[in-house]
Amino acid sequence: MTIGVPVGPARRLGAPRFAAWRVASRRRRTAAGSRPPPFPLLAAAAIVALLGLLPIGVTLSRAMQVDVAAAGALLFRPLVGRLLFNTLALVAAGTLTAAVVGTAAAWFVERTRLPGRRIWASLAAVPLAIPSFVTSFAWVSLSPAFQGFPGALLVVTCAYYPLLYLPVAAALRGLDPALEETARSLGCGPWQRFTRVVLPHLRPALFGGMVLVALNVLVEFGAFALLRYRTFTTEIYAEYRTGFAGPQAALLAVVLMMLCVAFLAIESVARGHVRYARVARGTGRVATRYPLGRARLPVLLGFVVLVVVTLGVPLGMILFWLTQPGAAAITPAEVSAGILISSTLSSLEYGAAGASLTMILAFPIAFLAVRYDGPVVAAIERAAWLVQGVPGIVVALALVALTVHTLHPLYQSSLLLVIAYAILFLPLALVSIKASLQQAERRLEDVGRSLGLGWAAVTRRIVLPVAGPGLAAAAAMVFVAVVTDLTTTLLLAPIGTHTLATRVWVDTSTLAFAAAAPFAALMATISLLSTGLLAHRFGGTNRLRNDLTPGARR
Amino acid sequence: MLAFAARHLPSPRRWLVRNLLISGLMATTAIPAAGIAAATDNDTVTLYNGQHEQAVGLLVADFEKRTGITVRVHSGEAPEIANQLAEEGRSSPADVYFTENSPELALLEEKGLLAPVAAATLAEVPAQYNSPKGDWVGVLARESVLAYNTAQVAVGALPASLLDLAKPAWQGKVGIAPSDGDFLPLVSAVAALKGQDVALAWLRGLEKNAQTFDDDEGVVAAVNRGAVATGVVNNYYWARLRQQNGPAGMHSAVYHFMHGDVGGLVNISGAAALAAAPHPEAAQRFLAYLVSEPAQALLATTDIIFEYPLRPGVAASPLLKPLDQLQPPAIGISELGDDANAAPLLRQAGLL
Repeated sequence: MTIGVPVGPARRLGAPRFAAWRVASRRRRTAAGSRPPPFPLLAAAAIVALLGLLPIGVTLSRAMQVDVAAAGALLFRPLVGRLLFNTLALVAAGTLTAAVVGTAAAWFVERTRLPGRRIWASLAAVPLAIPSFVTSFAWVSLSPAFQGFPGALLVVTCAYYPLLYLPVAAALRGLDPALEETARSLGCGPWQRFTRVVLPHLRPALFGGMVLVALNVLVEFGAFALLRYRTFTTEIYAEYRTGFAGPQAALLAVVLMMLCVAFLAIESVARGHVRYARVARGTGRVATRYPLGRARLPVLLGFVVLVVVTLGVPLGMILFWLTQPGAAAITPAEVSAGILISSTLSSLEYGAAGASLTMILAFPIAFLAVRYDGPVVAAIERAAWLVQGVPGIVVALALVALTVHTLHPLYQSSLLLVIAYAILFLPLALVSIKASLQQAERRLEDVGRSLGLGWAAVTRRIVLPVAGPGLAAAAAMVFVAVVTDLTTTLLLAPIGTHTLATRVWVDTSTLAFAAAAPFAALMATISLLSTGLLAHRFGGTNRLRNDLTPGARR
Repeated sequence: MLAFAARHLPSPRRWLVRNLLISGLMATTAIPAAGIAAATDNDTVTLYNGQHEQAVGLLVADFEKRTGITVRVHSGEAPEIANQLAEEGRSSPADVYFTENSPELALLEEKGLLAPVAAATLAEVPAQYNSPKGDWVGVLARESVLAYNTAQVAVGALPASLLDLAKPAWQGKVGIAPSDGDFLPLVSAVAALKGQDVALAWLRGLEKNAQTFDDDEGVVAAVNRGAVATGVVNNYYWARLRQQNGPAGMHSAVYHFMHGDVGGLVNISGAAALAAAPHPEAAQRFLAYLVSEPAQALLATTDIIFEYPLRPGVAASPLLKPLDQLQPPAIGISELGDDANAAPLLRQAGLL
């Protein structure tokens, strides 16, 4: 029974793109036979991995077309320095504020007698289901004063603090109370117990969550563009607007990818080293909750403010603009029922298509990773891991550059957009598919086979019932991610196709907030409903508690 | 708690998996089929649009109603679309390109990607607003101006020339949108009239002085709320903001550069048919529509776009200073060129 190891908690729903991810984890592989993987499976997985690496290859080769002197002039100019500063400053500030807010929320929910804990626990996770560019639409339409660094920091914190809240809350639930009791018996006060015992045990969860926030900030585009905060992604888009998919954009993309991969590397190194385990054999207990006493009111007030800022403002501003006549917008673009329906349908269609293709492509890699070992398997897994380091705007630009000349039939096709989604969300799907396949242990299949069932019957009667709900959850997560995706859709949508996300974008970037509101409302509704359904069906609080309470697991 | 969904294994819910997968697979195969189905007749026309999307939406709806021709619109920033057309070359699906500024059309004309515009269409607009070669037709004109916050800058203190904004006196008091498609022609005009070195020095000065924004909408809004004292924009962005805010909500005004200063550049928004257009007839009909009386009147009276209609006899919005009272710099369409130098200059100056 491990205690402090990150329990894969940051599986995301909604806007952010990164999930907790471990490569070739050293977990005990259930009956990972020494048999080599079947060739068709290996081939399929290898092809998918190569497809995932394709945008990296295209971007590198495009960037290489710039000759060295010109590349030097392009990369070592003041603007790149400023972008680097802007991006890293926001990464640093955003991860810190998210860590503070997330940890505080988690500690009060898990460790104190906070009134209405369950409601706060649910509400604290909901912001993940609101796309961050909708959050920034809300703030920037509230007041233009939210443009620039302070606004960007606010939006980043609002959108991503659940990525800290969730893992830290899980780690707190799993923490053995005996440690704190021991510390207390040795004379430590409450603050000392928190800083010297609790906090160190939260380190893996905190660190993992912070890297996830950092990665999401690095690849975020829509939110910063609306807030007029320049980072690498917005600058790549600016290059695209002045010169289409030219080599200048590819050069900036290479820098951004290097930043992402650096953070991924930090994360995987950190994950490999920090580990806290409970070695005692005794039964674990649930930790006692501290009474809040006089702090009760201020803490409650804090939670109210948190919910108002992270949920109230985004949803409230959408509602406000919904009630405004179109003329309140600079450009009273016509918002007819027909446009609303067609945008919603294309969002849903692309969501379904994107989720299906992503699942189909991710499955061979996930199956291979769960059931087989070896250097080739590890290489394929590592390639899929690297795909996380490629932001959506880079994937889209690379696919445009690739298909405009070669592979022309795919150019501007909806299939290309679906392929882009599949590449982009492959890592997200892999995390969940692997987790659910791990539940469908090899032994169960062996039993089925020994009882005379064929391969198909084993799949249908054993594997799917056991792994099915997890797979459905994975598909639903990719679905939500596609519906709320902006960047890739913006660059790759076929002529005449508009999704909810691109409608919000067109109207908001021309400050036509009232026109954007119905689309933002529909998108937020789809995202919240799907996420809510998912949580309701697959992750009740009780179940969660059982699963994470020491001693309750196998 | 949502995040743990996948770890829990309640009773089998295969229907969900099955439904998701089946509907998804159907969608995957159905969508591309629909995309390819567009036939190669003249019932449709594909428009690559660099003009404001909402205004073009109005035009397209009106055109479809009048002709029965379906318009497929691909929108983007004007230079992006021009470069896209150049990359796509002859395999482009585009029939018509409608853009904000003439240099983008000049670029495509140089590359031989445009088809000649029907003579009757060209004749609807005064010749100085059309391509000298006849490959594109002028549709609208827009004026470059300086928007200024009336509380922060006195009328007497406004600069005589656009180039003055690079002087130290204006440090922190200028807003520009260097990656907006409308800024490139201004750079080209300065380079054409004053030379590359002057243009670069001017841009370096702006790099020190200016607050940068993503687009002219952002600049004019910032000027109006006092976040920056002045902003280089096209005239109609101010007019649009005034339309939204009403006269009471305006804390800014428009300053016109006079006496032929480069800052008062008048730019032509034009349209062209592509040489490789799959629907050449429909493309010419769309061009003819753009300069027709109803389309020009629609553009002149809508509250979405405030540009000068180029068809004689159609009056511009009263919010605009009449076109014949402006004193733009003496620069022809061919001298303005194709903006090829503008982006490199901006990069050299650190603005892009």
